[in-house]
This record gives sequence, C-alpha cells and structure tokens, in this order.
Amino acid sequence: MCTYLTERIAVEGSAKSGERWSAVSSASVYFDHPVHAYAEHSVNLDFFDHRDGSPARRVALELTPSAARELAAAIERVLASAPAELTTG
Amino acid sequence: MSRRIHSLRAETVFFPSANGDQIEGFLAQPSDVDSFPGVVLIHHLPGYDQATKEMALKFASKGFAALVPNLYSREAPDASPDDAAAIVRAQGGVPDDRLVADVDGAGRHLRGLVGGNGKVGVIGHCSGGRQAFLSACRLQLDAAVDCYGAFVVGMPPPESGLKMYPVVDSTPSLSCPLLGLFGADDKSPSPAHVKELADALRAADKDFEFHSFDGAGHGFFAVDRPSYRVDAANQGWDLIFGFFGRHLSGAAV
Repeated sequence: MCTYLTERIAVEGSAKSGERWSAVSSASVYFDHPVHAYAEHSVNLDFFDHRDGSPARRVALELTPSAARELAAAIERVLASAPAELTTG
Repeated sequence: MSRRIHSLRAETVFFPSANGDQIEGFLAQPSDVDSFPGVVLIHHLPGYDQATKEMALKFASKGFAALVPNLYSREAPDASPDDAAAIVRAQGGVPDDRLVADVDGAGRHLRGLVGGNGKVGVIGHCSGGRQAFLSACRLQLDAAVDCYGAFVVGMPPPESGLKMYPVVDSTPSLSCPLLGLFGADDKSPSPAHVKELADALRAADKDFEFHSFDGAGHGFFAVDRPSYRVDAANQGWDLIFGFFGRHLSGAAV
C-alpha cells in the first residue's frame, strides 16, 4: 500500500551530493515506496535547499525500517555523548 | 482492437491544460492505422517516470494513442522524475482541480490528433487510480480504469500532509463505464474500501466491473518494483485492453 505518511520539517545545515555541497533548509521524512531501494516500503529522507530554487538540488536517502531506527538511535547516542553545551543549536 | 502489435511513434509534446497552463506530456501512438482511440494515462505519485512511459508504449502497440500528462510540469519542469515527485510531495501533492484540468487538456489533445476517433478513456494507478475516477466524475469521458486507487473511499491519514480527499461522493456524476482492478491483499484500498465503492456505484446505477486478484497487493502492475505480480498484471492488462476495446472503438457520435 501507499502510506502517504509524510513529515515535513525545517532544518539548518548542509548536505553533499557528488562533488557539491549545498545548504539545506527543509526536509521530508516519509514511509512509503522507495524509488531505488529493493523494498516494498522504506523510510525516505529528502533534504532541500529552497534558497537555490532548483528541485534537482535534493539529497535523498531510502532506508529499510531497521536501518532508519539504527540511524535515529545513533544520532541520539552521539548527541547524548557530546558535552551538553555544544548540542543546543 | 486487433491482437497484432502495431508500429508506433512516441515523443514529448506540449499542450494546454484546460486551465490555460502549457504542460508537458509523453505521447505514444500507433503509426500504422488511420484511426485510433485515445487514453489519458495518469502517472502515479512517484512521478512522470520510465515505468509509466513504458505503459504508454504498450497502449500504442495495442492501437491506442496514450498521453501521459506530466502533472509536475509546473513545479519541476526539467527535474528527474524522482526529484520532481519529492518536491511535489513536500508541497502537499497535486490539487484536484488542477489535475482535472490537466486530464481535460490531455483529452482534448488526443481528440485533436490526426487519426483520433474522438473517444477518450482515462486510466491511473495508485494515486492515479483515484485521479482517474475523479476525472471521470468531473469530465465527459468514454471509459475509465481505476487501478488500486487509494482514497477514492476513506480519508488519508492527517500525517500525510497531502491535499487528498475521498471522492466516492462524486459517484452519481460518473460519466462513463468504470473498470476497477485491485489486489486482495491491499490495505489501501482495502477490500472493504472496494466494496464501499462498488456499493456506491450500484446505488447510482453505474456501469462498472471490479476484479480483485488473490495473492496481489498494492502496485501489482509495477514491473520495476517488488510488488509486481505477473499473473495479476497479465490478467489485468487483458481486462484493460478488452474494456477499452469495447468502449473506445469506433468513431465518436
């Protein structure tokens, strides 16, 4: 089934694709069919730079549910391990 | 429709949506016949992609002119299909009124082709199934095929953020015969959703036929995805060509 489940959030940071870095200002997180990953459903992450205005400047990830959970947990672990005063931004 | 495989021509075209916007489309048509019906082929949420264009080629090889309007022409005219789909998804999807205008424009373009017999059907898969049904309720068409369209019945989850609403209430306005093809294992539309739509069509005294395939879920026509089910897809294609052949052959009155 298509879940259509989508979260859209504002983000601040940068992403690299190939040789090119871009600032990113928004992200979509959704659980639905992947374009490339060999799975019926995946956790899909799209990062956009709306200041650039080009839809081609997207950095995308398609992860299995377990990989997505591992990623989320790893992010939480490194944030928890870092000095608190460094992780407020 | 004959059983032979036609010679065909395929190209990118630009044509006006009924709302006046100029949009892109992929047109495939038989090149060895004098007269042919038209089919508006609505791409799925993942976009104006290779798999959808290959379906257009299949229609042309069977004697139909098939036009795939790029529903994402405006937001991302030159982007790859997956980038365009990501952008449109992030913006909440395609508004229904604009979709109907694009299908209307595509139908007009097909009727105006040299050799067009004046008859036009519509088909869509997944989100396109809902949009095919909606188009057939808003426009005067000759036949419609809904392949596992989600949210014809039932609301999408509020978390989807998509501008998508159930359209089953439009059933009394359906302008043409409807063929529905579904996977018995699908959750959206579920067998209960399919039954609710069938009940609405029966109550409105509409001409329709539904088929649900055991062992198939959502997306069973998608040859490039793990959801592909060869038996259901083969049976489904036979039903589609039979249905369009019955309802779109001959000159329009």
